Amino acid sequence: MSNGSAFLGLPAFPGAAREAVGNAQLRHNLRKATHTIRSKRAAVVGELDDWEELRAAGKAVKDHTLRHLDHYLVRLEEAVTAAGGHVHWAADADEANRIVTELVRATGGHDVVKVKSMATQEIGLNEALEAEGIRAYETDLAELIVQLGDDRPSHILVPAIHRNRSEIREIFLREMAAWGEPAPDDLTDEPRVLAEAARRHLRKRFLTAQVAVSGANFMVAETGTLVVVESEGNGRMCLTLPETLISVVGIEKVVPTWQDLAVFLQLLPRSSTGERMNPYTSMWTGVAPSDGPRNFHLVLLDNGRSRVLADEVGRQTLRCIRCSACLNVCPVYERAGGHAYGSVYPGPIGAILTPQLRGTTSELDASLPYASTLCGACYEVCPVAIDIPEVLVHLREQVVEGGGHRAERAAMKAAGWIFADPARLARVQRVAGRARRIVPRRLPGPGAAWTDTRDLPVPPEQSFRDWWAAERGRPTTPRSNP
Amino acid sequence: MRIALFITCFNDTMFPETGKSVVRLLRRLGHEVDFPYAQTCCGQMHFNTGYRNEARGIARSFVETFAPYDAVVTPSGSCAAMVREQYPVLVGGAAPATAAGFAEAVGAVAPRVYELSEFLVDVLRVRDVGASFPHTVAYHPTCHSLRSLGVGDRPLRLLRAVRGLRLVALPRADECCGFGGTFAVKNAETSAAMGRDKAAAVLESGAQVLCAGDNSCLMHIGGVMSRQHAGVRVMHLADILASTGPHPELDTFPSGDLAAR
Ligand code: SF4
Repeated sequence: MSNGSAFLGLPAFPGAAREAVGNAQLRHNLRKATHTIRSKRAAVVGELDDWEELRAAGKAVKDHTLRHLDHYLVRLEEAVTAAGGHVHWAADADEANRIVTELVRATGGHDVVKVKSMATQEIGLNEALEAEGIRAYETDLAELIVQLGDDRPSHILVPAIHRNRSEIREIFLREMAAWGEPAPDDLTDEPRVLAEAARRHLRKRFLTAQVAVSGANFMVAETGTLVVVESEGNGRMCLTLPETLISVVGIEKVVPTWQDLAVFLQLLPRSSTGERMNPYTSMWTGVAPSDGPRNFHLVLLDNGRSRVLADEVGRQTLRCIRCSACLNVCPVYERAGGHAYGSVYPGPIGAILTPQLRGTTSELDASLPYASTLCGACYEVCPVAIDIPEVLVHLREQVVEGGGHRAERAAMKAAGWIFADPARLARVQRVAGRARRIVPRRLPGPGAAWTDTRDLPVPPEQSFRDWWAAERGRPTTPRSNP
Repeated sequence: MRIALFITCFNDTMFPETGKSVVRLLRRLGHEVDFPYAQTCCGQMHFNTGYRNEARGIARSFVETFAPYDAVVTPSGSCAAMVREQYPVLVGGAAPATAAGFAEAVGAVAPRVYELSEFLVDVLRVRDVGASFPHTVAYHPTCHSLRSLGVGDRPLRLLRAVRGLRLVALPRADECCGFGGTFAVKNAETSAAMGRDKAAAVLESGAQVLCAGDNSCLMHIGGVMSRQHAGVRVMHLADILASTGPHPELDTFPSGDLAAR
């Protein structure tokens, strides 16, 4: 899969994370932001007695849809077409980018406004359009900050979570003029003032844009309706004002019916922003003669998803509704920050989705399944019950089978050999016990990864096994129950 | 009831005292415990790092070794979770010729494996184990005890019944300490950062001793605190429950003034 060029050639997770861990300001920003959303989520989820049932329903709907994905996609296509929309199928990022570029070109326009969309970031659409002389303007506040700062997103819901308000003020003052309406000279770092500056900056853009590009949170197969949930109203502007609307949506976003949709409209806001109901929920079905865009194109994106679907353990990843609850509770994300994950999908979901979409051939992608302690906090909050630790372990297996980690493999083999025979284990323990006095406080080589920051306990003189044998004589295993 | 102790390879090698504590504790409660010598490891490290076939081989010997017992008690939440939660998963990929036998053995043995606090509370139905430990203790619920096994407040119930023990709350207790097996080495900086935050929470609690049901996590948190000269000790739940009086060496580590440094 081709990929947002901003993410090419990044270092593997541990190295990138090391940098973030050392950045006290970043860690402070992240901790504060994730803990705030975390507690909001916990409070509104705690209000519902039937949360677990809702969660099970969300999982069941997604599993059913994925099992019959071909069927529902064809139904969706029929319904969208019947409502006056056009459906395009894109096997990969290049094809999707090509389709969108041609559609924009056909309108004669050179500017597009964008609704925040993970799928278009995944395929690197902005960069692809740029290369063809078309400028894409992000209209979500946080995406705007990222775009103006020539930066990369670090959170699914709050892409600029790594920035604090004084940094945002600086970016606005420095960059806004080059993209349109400049920031006022007396700009302060008050959130209200910053939001107002963004609103003014975007207003003219909305009113003059001919083409909008969006993603979608859901697509309802029975009526061909697309759904975008957002909280700023910028999405509503993009989806209703321009003549042409192009939506690039991953094929896993389809749900069969409106009744199914109702489940997710309850799960998503509570998990995502910690709100009971989402502020702006826009829905559209093809085109309407006197309202909204004249032309509507839906680009259905595969880009590796069919391959994920074929994997029995990995396919649960496609249930994801991108709520970002897993990021907000993840202790690793909190310290390492979103950029370390090297893709538009950071945090626990990124650690399982990116290696499945891109494969594990690059060092970065092969390091992602290990970017977790398997503490299980993500699984606990996931509104569609994706067992992220299970998928992580499954992907580690793939990395190992792919021939990675030669030294580790040798060590694991050796350990397996020792564990195969208790007498062997006992001999190793005795050697360790005898060497206890000569173990240095700081180990060289790979052991330094431990002792650089932590003291190592001294091995005991006698293992438990030897103590028991000395105490009781070597016990025999009793025979099985009669 | 025939009770077997699964010491775990890690405790066997590094923390034998914890195993001795389990034996002493159970004997005090009137139960003999056996140590089947053929035991080695549960296979968790192999499984979690992606070496499923090796893990399956280890799991096979585990179920064979412990099949004769009515109950298996282990002083490790994460190893108990490995056996109870992941052995059934390992059955999935077993070679057809041996799959049925392995599945049956796992079905018979895995549900009888208990983490120490589960064994005491659910099987022996005790709360007061007759221990005395006149020190200030904070309890860290390790992730696998908390989320995979769901031991809930069993360890706290046991600790509350210990004579002289003052239990203090650990701030942000449910946050992972950052150990995570090979994670501690593969992502050493992130792991250490998490460990330092956990250590800070321990100091905030004012405890003299941090207690948990897994020596692996304690080795990590204890290693961080020892490097910081934090003056707080780490002790396994079994070691506290086996204790019958004060530990004078703990009083030479007043935590308060060090916490303020
Ligand atoms: S994996 Fe689950 S918790 Fe994480 S973003 Fe997706 S739906 Fe939300």
